[in-house]
Amino acid sequence: MRKLIFAISALALGVSASFADPQADREGLMKANGKAMGALSAYVKGEKPFDAADVLAQLTKLSDDAQKISDPALWPAGSNTGDSTASPKIWEDAAGFQAALDKFKADTASAVAAAPADVEALKVQMGAVGSNCASCHQAFRVKKG
Amino acid sequence: MLGGIGAAVFWLLTEPRRLDEATIAGLGAGDAARGERIFWAGGCTSCHARPGAEGDTRLELAGGMKLKTPFGTFVPPNISPDPKDGIGNWSAGDFANAMMRGVAPDGSHLYPSLPYTSYARMNPADVADLYAFMKTLPTVAGSAPDHELSFPFNVRRGLGLWKLLFLSDQPVVALPADAPENVALGRYLVEGPGHCGECHTPRDLIGGTDKSRWLSGAVAAEGDGIVPNITSGEGGIDSWSESDIAAYLETGFTPDFDSVGGAMVEVQHNMAKLRAEDREAIAAYLKTVPAHPNGYPARTPPAG
Ligand code: HEC
Ligand code: HEC
Ligand code: HEC
Repeated sequence: MRKLIFAISALALGVSASFADPQADREGLMKANGKAMGALSAYVKGEKPFDAADVLAQLTKLSDDAQKISDPALWPAGSNTGDSTASPKIWEDAAGFQAALDKFKADTASAVAAAPADVEALKVQMGAVGSNCASCHQAFRVKKG
Repeated sequence: MLGGIGAAVFWLLTEPRRLDEATIAGLGAGDAARGERIFWAGGCTSCHARPGAEGDTRLELAGGMKLKTPFGTFVPPNISPDPKDGIGNWSAGDFANAMMRGVAPDGSHLYPSLPYTSYARMNPADVADLYAFMKTLPTVAGSAPDHELSFPFNVRRGLGLWKLLFLSDQPVVALPADAPENVALGRYLVEGPGHCGECHTPRDLIGGTDKSRWLSGAVAAEGDGIVPNITSGEGGIDSWSESDIAAYLETGFTPDFDSVGGAMVEVQHNMAKLRAEDREAIAAYLKTVPAHPNGYPARTPPAG
């Protein structure tokens, strides 16, 4: 049944979007988010000397990814199958999910606009951006052990 | 007749065992400022706050959550300083007996859903400090509902036998005498107040943790998820460095910057309130615990 719904919604979306595998694509973007956060945290942890240009590049990457994951075509209803950890709440509370996406876009955009000049400022920005990851994951992901 | 002897033996074996006089006398007044660290390490709010409480109201320890287990549903009670509904009238000794021996002031056994099987390893001075801190928390009136347990789990006396098997104040992982100080501190925080083993260690049929597979992961008590293996064995966290573990406990991000989820979210928030050296000590200890493969059965991925 689930498969059927998935097939139907994929067909319906096929008209407007060109994602062959939305789950793989959004997971790829999420992993890229992780990489950018990891690169930023190396500065915060003092593993690398602060590099303003690279920090801006990583924040810009996050902001671009935030735009990309906001594409509804990446989240076709019922695509929480297989090893996806997407929660059905994404569709049950579509407005809440949209609000989480919008906040992520806004917070990453303002981090880019006010690019941090030192580690202290970066810490604050990372906290603001990073809280989006955890709060959306807590609300809209399930664990599949 | 034999039945009578059996009953008498049962009665003796199940008798609550309190702390000795010297330990009680040595508790002293406690230091509330130091107690705060133990309070967060012990995660008391995770079970004793009101269901759904957020922010500062989490410090109102009114009880009332429902903890579903295979043995029934436990409801943590009010442990605020309210003299009538909370524990405001308890002596430091009453408190220490509850935390370290699972014995209530009236002499009855408490259920190990209050994780005294771990708290038993706490240092009595830390328990006294913890109690001093708890007295500074808001007083809340009102009792939480009763547990929902069926026979035989509703008979507290029977817990005495269980406690003989599973209640010990001895460390789980033996460390060499020359083990670094922070590994010993980490052992204390993990095996004692942090009660990490209560979730991360598989349990046997009667609900005791299997120390031979310490921290190797387990089927979650609630729901159908798993709690991961945090040893360096197969399926565990061998690839995490000590600083990865400490950063996870501080920020909630895994080494690939996935974020902490499930029951660990609250634990992580509590760990973030400890000192950096506490989190580093926990990491150092986790790197020294014996490696085990996953303590939960392999699962087939859910059908699509
Ligand atoms: C608006 C909600 C939302 C935000 C914001 C968000 N994520 Fe996610 N993330 C998800 C969902 C939903 C999934 C599960 C996708 C799936 O498995 O289908 C996920 C999955 C992931 C994964 C696992 C990918 C995989 O391979 O399965 C990582 C890593 C991740 N997110 C990192 C991040 C980081 C880092 C941030 C912040 C910089 C972030 N996410 C922000 C919703 C979000
Ligand atoms: C995993 C959940 C859990 C955690 C964590 C927990 N408790 Fe409890 N606690 C309980 C439950 C359930 C009971 C009821 C036990 C019973 O009825 O026998 C209880 C009972 C108690 C009691 C006895 C109260 C009474 O009226 O008999 C005290 C005192 C107490 N807890 C203090 C604490 C403190 C202090 C901490 C933190 C260091 C803590 N608890 C952490 C679940 C928890
Ligand atoms: C209430 C149950 C519970 C307690 C207590 C608990 N954990 Fe966890 N822990 C979990 C769960 C569930 C996860 C999986 C989190 C997730 O799905 O993101 C986890 C994940 C972890 C992880 C990450 C493992 C991985 O592979 O992702 C580490 C490290 C960890 N816990 C350490 C600890 C330490 C140290 C303590 C004690 C201070 C502790 N835990 C106490 C339930 C618990």
